[in-house]
Amino acid sequence: MPDATPKRPRPLSPHIQHYRPQLTSVLSIANRVSGLVLSAFAIGLVVWLTAAAAGPQAYGVVHHAVVSWPGQAILFGCTFAFFLHLCGGIRHLIWDTVHGFDLRSIYVSGWAVVVSSTVLTITAWVASAFLAG
Amino acid sequence: MTTSKRPAMIIESSDQIARATLLKRFPVPRNFGVTPQSRIFRGKTWPAPAGAIRIKAFEIYRYDPDSGENPHLDTFEVDLDDCGPMVLDALIWIKNKIDSTLTFRRSCREGICGSCSMNIDGANWLACTRFISDLATPATIYPLANLEIIKDLVPDLTHLFAQYSMIEPWLKTKTPAPDGERLQSPEERKKIDGYYECILCFCCTSGCPSHWWNGERFLGPAVLLHAWRWLIDSRDEATGERLDELEDPFRLYRCHTILNCTRTCPKGLNPGKAIAEIKKMLIERKS
Repeated sequence: MPDATPKRPRPLSPHIQHYRPQLTSVLSIANRVSGLVLSAFAIGLVVWLTAAAAGPQAYGVVHHAVVSWPGQAILFGCTFAFFLHLCGGIRHLIWDTVHGFDLRSIYVSGWAVVVSSTVLTITAWVASAFLAG
Repeated sequence: MTTSKRPAMIIESSDQIARATLLKRFPVPRNFGVTPQSRIFRGKTWPAPAGAIRIKAFEIYRYDPDSGENPHLDTFEVDLDDCGPMVLDALIWIKNKIDSTLTFRRSCREGICGSCSMNIDGANWLACTRFISDLATPATIYPLANLEIIKDLVPDLTHLFAQYSMIEPWLKTKTPAPDGERLQSPEERKKIDGYYECILCFCCTSGCPSHWWNGERFLGPAVLLHAWRWLIDSRDEATGERLDELEDPFRLYRCHTILNCTRTCPKGLNPGKAIAEIKKMLIERKS
């Protein structure tokens, strides 16, 4: 039938805009985001070390930024990202051996990752505060 | 699945509903990356008939291809005393008593055909096996995620079935057919348990974020579960060829073990595990 009216393209049902965040997908994206944060942190680490090598004046600038409260907040975030990515990475390595795939194990290991990375972050900061005096 | 349906922190069975979560959706703009013709606007509210005492509100995604309008969200008030206990009963009640243009797929009404798969309260499930009493108020009913919508809750599954046929889901043998059946020990038969029961409802594939981003080339959990079903069937003799076809950065390796699939399977199957087994089989054959 020679119809001149063009067909209206079909709409796409919403996905990320609507689908419920569950422990599975949230921890997965958190693992990816923490990896990106750690990449940025690695660059920051290089900046800090280069400044240390460059002399007291350059180091003073970077040190001032690190000990400021936004710098400490970012450092706290980076520590949390480090431990989250570490614990998440171990969970992935266990999955690679095809263990822990039943739903109960997925949820237990998932919450274990969240709890252990929080505990490790707080422990690291308390320990470093204690050691720094 | 007989585990308690109470919302819990540790989910033991996929039929458990989510407890009140921190976020109902990911913190992205409501129309993030949505094409203009897919933007949803708020539609009509259809009140319950007079005299209804127990009422539940359902927000249902509607799309009429003949109207020229964008998809919209209609709110229906359902009389729970006049309606069966499952979400599918509510949809049929709405179609019979309120708005006969409401369109959805359905057949067996017992969770075995896979027709009524849709997104209920943010997670994919079969409408016929989800109790209305387990839903939020108002309940939200959307079609399966990231699929072209033909009408209302009916998605176009052509591409998903094309991906299924790509893995050649039939017995491939070289040895000639025996006089009776191709024999298999009970232990060998047990290996396909948990994989042959897939009803191709595509709840898992539609809920996989990796399939949202790479659905054109990534096969998705349902198809890969079936691929595994044929790989470990002892009667199949094309294991090497099947693995060769799957060993591809997109077809198989877009799976990053997100595990939304296992969380959402209405039959309690484990596509995530099947995919991990395929990856393990690929590594083992290299050594």
